[in-house]
Amino acid sequence: MADQATFAEDTTGFMDSLYTAALRMTRSPSDAQDLVQETYLKAYRGYGGFEAGTNLKAWLYRILTNTFINSYRSRKRHPEETELDDVEELYLFRRMSGRDGAIGRSAEDEALDWITDDEVKAALESLPESFRMTVLLADVEGFSYKEIAEIMDVPIGTVMSRLHRGRRALEKALHDFGVARGFVAAQ
Amino acid sequence: MKGEKDDRRINCREALHRVYDFLDGEMTPERRDQIARHLDKCAPCLKAFGFETEIRRLVADRCRDKVPEELRTRIAAVIDHEHKNGDSAHGVAKGAEH
Repeated sequence: MADQATFAEDTTGFMDSLYTAALRMTRSPSDAQDLVQETYLKAYRGYGGFEAGTNLKAWLYRILTNTFINSYRSRKRHPEETELDDVEELYLFRRMSGRDGAIGRSAEDEALDWITDDEVKAALESLPESFRMTVLLADVEGFSYKEIAEIMDVPIGTVMSRLHRGRRALEKALHDFGVARGFVAAQ
Repeated sequence: MKGEKDDRRINCREALHRVYDFLDGEMTPERRDQIARHLDKCAPCLKAFGFETEIRRLVADRCRDKVPEELRTRIAAVIDHEHKNGDSAHGVAKGAEH
């Protein structure tokens, strides 16, 4: 049993990352603020049920995700969002490593220097919701497949398939920014 | 099971197909060794794995936002309010004072 008296102290360190996730989920700063506030309030109320010593960050993310799905997603449902075009493996790498590709000219850790924070955020936000949340939990927050399965309440196989497809689509989105800005040669 | 699987060489296609699982650290040690051995010998695949590692780092590093101070304050106030309300509703605060 966790003690409500230590709630603020225990959870304050996760607020930035929860807010980051909320921004990517809602794609709206004001919705993100409301979502984080609601998450903290629910977490505070339910803190007695949290087993101290277990994964507090995952527990908070589960509340955030559930709150988002129940309160925000239903407001503006996009049925087409479950669709995601199939993108080939290593989409960006294959297009940057060709004869004139940037990787030929520089080390791979410099080949992506042109990408801005805003572009990474926009690329992630361009993914359909379930893919976006899965990639966010894995690649931004570093949760394991098993933790993501628990947070999103889906089987591990679903997490893996969303990650594979979502990451490829993310690479394509980054590639498209690169083409638009002239850093990646158009095909 | 170990003998044959362990020694089996994998090709580039198989290695590249596993790049995400490998970077996620979500595979059996045997499979991990197979891929690591392939990467030791295959510069093009090693380059691809390095590139995917960079993308991963990029996404992790460049996707961070800071909570506005105003929200931090608001949440503290909401929790404080909830704390007082919750306590008085159950008579805990009053009881504790006596």
